[in-house]
Amino acid sequence: MSVRHSLLALLSGGAMHGYGLKTEFEAATGEVWPLNVGQVYTTLGRLERDGLVTAETEDEGQKVYEITAAGRDELRQWFETPVPREVIPRQELAIKLVFALRSGLADVTAVVQQQRLATMRALQDITRLKAAAEASGDLAGLLMLDGLVFQAEAEARWLDMCEARLARGNTAAGVAPRHPEMPPRPAAERSG
Amino acid sequence: MDVLDMEQAGRVYGSGRLRVVALDNVSLRVGAGEFVAVMGPSGSGKSTLLRLAGGLDRPTSGRVRLAGRDLSALGEAGLAEARRREVGFVFQEANLLPSLTAAENVALALEFDGVRPRAARAGARGLLDSLGLLAVAGRFPGQLSGGEQQQVAIARAVAGGRSLLLADEPTGALDALTGETVMDLLRQRCATGCAVVLATHNVRHAAWADRVVFLSDGRLAGATGPPPGPEYLLETGQPG
Repeated sequence: MSVRHSLLALLSGGAMHGYGLKTEFEAATGEVWPLNVGQVYTTLGRLERDGLVTAETEDEGQKVYEITAAGRDELRQWFETPVPREVIPRQELAIKLVFALRSGLADVTAVVQQQRLATMRALQDITRLKAAAEASGDLAGLLMLDGLVFQAEAEARWLDMCEARLARGNTAAGVAPRHPEMPPRPAAERSG
Repeated sequence: MDVLDMEQAGRVYGSGRLRVVALDNVSLRVGAGEFVAVMGPSGSGKSTLLRLAGGLDRPTSGRVRLAGRDLSALGEAGLAEARRREVGFVFQEANLLPSLTAAENVALALEFDGVRPRAARAGARGLLDSLGLLAVAGRFPGQLSGGEQQQVAIARAVAGGRSLLLADEPTGALDALTGETVMDLLRQRCATGCAVVLATHNVRHAAWADRVVFLSDGRLAGATGPPPGPEYLLETGQPG
């Protein structure tokens, strides 16, 4: 996530203190992404160095930050450019499944089912936050939470697929089955 | 008292080589006002569970209690009566009668319950109003969107104050946002004390439930829970 551009976006509405930026950022994103105040000041320091914001020290020693014309240009460019999608994000879960299969140390189906429960719980939590955002008419919050919902959904559906493949005895990615001598379980025995 | 209490319920179809275990030793309790989603791949037993819960079918082992009554102990007539009084069903297709308005469709369900026509019409309008559907009350199904039809079907299913609402993929044909309005409606019904059991493939919609149970090969394969307390309803600003 771009803390840099988020801070520029907040400053485009008027000058602010560092701590105010932290609380405004958290409120704007439904407090889903807590922001370290140290991270805010480090980022502000870099923005100042790059000429995207100016800082003015008040009488009480607090700094007030203001966006510059170059900062507004940078922000406009950010909005106009799509966010790059990592071609192959390094996912701990995918790596865990690969090594659960390879090492033979874990019941892969159990790993998948346990993960799906955790994903489902997270999805329920996000959905409750959505209901709250809906009730308070927080459109920006709803858009952000919808994004989290669809990401969690993608993971849950992928896990469903993993389970189905495992049940079919179909070994993904050319990995040898753990017990090649075991016959595959009859698949189409049940009907709902 | 639980609205639905399935105790080690099983359902086997056929025998010998054609024997199919559709549901295997499943226990599930759903309290008044609770929203439970059932998930699992095709053939995992979701629909069988719903059929047993709603008294459309009987378990071959175990027990199903509906509002405290053991369905296994009832004859066909008793079962039909329990079903009519306690259970509402919603399916993927709304199946509204096309020649009747939305309100008349709901009123008809009340008349089947023995309510006189005039009172049934008033009851139907009151129910549609409480669900925020009064604007569509006078329209025919052909004049309603898919989402509106499904909302009216839910109103019809809960007409007469049934204690259990069973929904089998009610959002299958709807887009993402419309599907959410249907989920919202199901949760509103829970707030009035109705128990809801939803079978679905849609994880986003299942996440609206208080509790999600997973079926695999006819068996329970995990559940989120325990259900949150009443403070959950306050936190989420439950409408109604």
